[in-house]
Amino acid sequence: MAHHEIENHDYDVLIIGAGGAGLRAAVEAKRRGLRVAILTKSLLGKAHTVMAEGGVAAAMGNVYSEDNWKVHFRDTMRGGKMLNNYRMAELHAQESPDRVHELESWGALFDRTPDGKILQRDFGGHRYARLAHVGDRTGLELIRTLQQKVVSMDTDVFMECKVLRLLTDADGKIAGAIAYRRPTGEFLSFTATAVVLATGGVGKSWKYTSNSWEGTGDGHALALWAGAELIDMECIQFHPTGMVWPLSVRGLLVTEGVRGDGGVLRNSEGERFMFNYVADMFRAETAETEAEGDRWYDDHSAGRRPPELLPRDEVARAINAEVKAGRGSPHGGVFLDIASRRTPEFIRRRLPSMYHQFMELAGVDITTTPMEIGPTCHYIMGGVRVDADTAATAVPGLFAAGEVAGGMHGANRLGGNSLSDLLVFGRRAGLGASDYIEGGARSGGLDAAIVDATIDEALAPFDREEGENPYDIQRDLQEMMQANVGIIRTGSELEFARTALEEFTERVANISVKGGLAYNPGWNLATDLPSMITVSKCTTLGATNRKESRGGHTRDDFPGPDAEMGKVNFVLSQPSGGGYESEVKAVPEPILEMPADLRALLEEAK
Amino acid sequence: MPDITMRVWRGDASGGSFVDYELEKVEGEVVLDVIHRIQATQAPDLACRWNCKAGKCGSCSAEINGKPRLMCMTRIDELPEGTVTVTPMKTFPIIRDLVTDVSFNFEMAKRVPAFNPVPEPEGGYRMQQIDVERGQEFRKCIECFLCQNVCHVIRDHEDNKEHYAGPRFFIRYAELEMHPLDTNDRRELVRERAGLGLCNITKCCTEVCPEHIHITDNAIIPLKERVVDSDYDPVAWLGRKILRRTKRSAADASVQPAP
Repeated sequence: MAHHEIENHDYDVLIIGAGGAGLRAAVEAKRRGLRVAILTKSLLGKAHTVMAEGGVAAAMGNVYSEDNWKVHFRDTMRGGKMLNNYRMAELHAQESPDRVHELESWGALFDRTPDGKILQRDFGGHRYARLAHVGDRTGLELIRTLQQKVVSMDTDVFMECKVLRLLTDADGKIAGAIAYRRPTGEFLSFTATAVVLATGGVGKSWKYTSNSWEGTGDGHALALWAGAELIDMECIQFHPTGMVWPLSVRGLLVTEGVRGDGGVLRNSEGERFMFNYVADMFRAETAETEAEGDRWYDDHSAGRRPPELLPRDEVARAINAEVKAGRGSPHGGVFLDIASRRTPEFIRRRLPSMYHQFMELAGVDITTTPMEIGPTCHYIMGGVRVDADTAATAVPGLFAAGEVAGGMHGANRLGGNSLSDLLVFGRRAGLGASDYIEGGARSGGLDAAIVDATIDEALAPFDREEGENPYDIQRDLQEMMQANVGIIRTGSELEFARTALEEFTERVANISVKGGLAYNPGWNLATDLPSMITVSKCTTLGATNRKESRGGHTRDDFPGPDAEMGKVNFVLSQPSGGGYESEVKAVPEPILEMPADLRALLEEAK
Repeated sequence: MPDITMRVWRGDASGGSFVDYELEKVEGEVVLDVIHRIQATQAPDLACRWNCKAGKCGSCSAEINGKPRLMCMTRIDELPEGTVTVTPMKTFPIIRDLVTDVSFNFEMAKRVPAFNPVPEPEGGYRMQQIDVERGQEFRKCIECFLCQNVCHVIRDHEDNKEHYAGPRFFIRYAELEMHPLDTNDRRELVRERAGLGLCNITKCCTEVCPEHIHITDNAIIPLKERVVDSDYDPVAWLGRKILRRTKRSAADASVQPAP
């Protein structure tokens, strides 16, 4: 093993990821006067948070004064099919209004109500209009506001840096991380007392996804390898409305705001088919006729909500079923129609970036023509198991927030609840890490042998003359996962996927890369593939164990929910050593028991 | 017979040259798709920066047939027949291939005095839609830096980078100036240290903005007017003398408020 002399940086808190959760955590730790660094695989301000379009859910009651945190809590738990960590859902519902107001005091400019308050829009699964928004570019507003806040606090940001491994000390506490700079390929190590994971999602392991190249599940993998646990990894949200054509943009997100603002789904026969797919759980609150649904948009007391605004898992399954039954659109989706329902002016004002996106990429004018859409891999509800109040993981000093953390959304996330999740738990992770440090914990220093071994492993693809192209492995992995661990799953396919993933593990160990270290995307992908393989294994294992259908996990061979299964999380860990080639174990553990007063909220508001 | 020839600049700070790649045409593709296919099949080490592939993050800026554009929003079938040439942004130092060092912009961002609102009243801030819309136009900015790239003040004069913030930050200053809640006054700063006077409103920035922000008309010109008014308007000068300024001077504004 070669010894590598590399630059080292010493911080109190190392934040991995510069999306909403990472930036919000940084603000909190900086406020406590700690030495904070943010690492991001991209430039600052480019994180996937910018893709969030519709809004941030917070029960401020600006449009419907009946709204409050209790209703938001109930909606979140029901949307999550009761698999949620109730305490996270509770904190989230209680704290998100403060987090939104706080953004405003940092310069965010939300759309307004006539009396000058923050305007809120309707979204699937939310009983009241609850999403604070800026047109359909709310994520950009959120990330820019946080970015500007973090810059004004003089925070160190390491841009275009990829973390390879977290290091722990002899006591099992977090000690730091090892990374490399993408522009130069230089390796660097970080000594840090606390690490906050805020790395986002995993969608890049699927073929049709709304996620960017960054969504390779690095944080999920880093946590698992370092000894933390993952939960609910089988629960993946396929957003009902992704673009389906042209093929090159298949999977690109179309905001739920289209439906919130009056858009409806139709099949090739022109039928609003969602009326045929209302599950019993939602029947009492869903319109029975088109006329009733249409009245609701203007006044929520004049009718019940249209079924197009059911939670995302319900809508995605319905679209899937329509296409399967031969009632799809020419390119294999269904139609999302707002053109026949709202004026061109309204559409351009409320949905400017959707108008732009379809006009420029598909040549479709959404003010005159329905969009063709279909489900796309969008979000993982599962993630690192954390303590709700502190965002702490099972590894002392390691914290996780945002999409990389599991529990908050249960089996299915409601639209708008991710931006609020980032803010609420980003802040709590920053607080948790700061409290941990102020409690006297100190990094035990880095193990030089592990640093060297990690670098050797990262460089190995350059030495293999005859190995495989990482792009081929990525493409095959995406196709395999899409085909076998997609929106609808079945036992035999999952079994096939588990075997296939063993083969992928071997292929990753045989990657060959050409060129130099400096900004080499082939090599960068080679270092992302171990994370992608790890999360694919976790999702497949979770899906194999969960022999029921619930939220973002649908089994053809177990089509209904199972009461006993609904009481457990599948907890994944690597007891025999962390790494993409090591075995992952799944153990069912009971979900957190909800106190009676919260349980009562779910009952009374039915 | 290949359908597309892509002529891509390859190299690093020490120099480089064009390399031609021939591929088959696929319906509906944008330039970034073709670059990705080159990476996957012919040149895995071809460097390009990208993220969202939807025109929302502003990462994949480049010059396509000499025009500054986002690669993800430029459809191949909209370009003229023949070879498509892709080069990195000219104004920033090359890292590799299509990737440039845009840290100039992040340094300029650090110089912007932070938003400093009036104290929050009971029940939260109130603002009217018409008042937030002015700032919202500027906050559509995706920081692709194409406006910075095309601005001749720095594109053709490297030495101006020291004291010229560029169009991206002029809209940021304008946004803060027009923010209904902000109390900092950055007008002297914009004139003295951000080089607003160097802009001679040729509108190149506005032309290349993928978000169609009216950079020149809605930000730079009003900002120039405000700066000039504060300096030369005798009535305003007298008013300041008599009433004392309520907004802070540039010197104060450059001090960051405590977080």
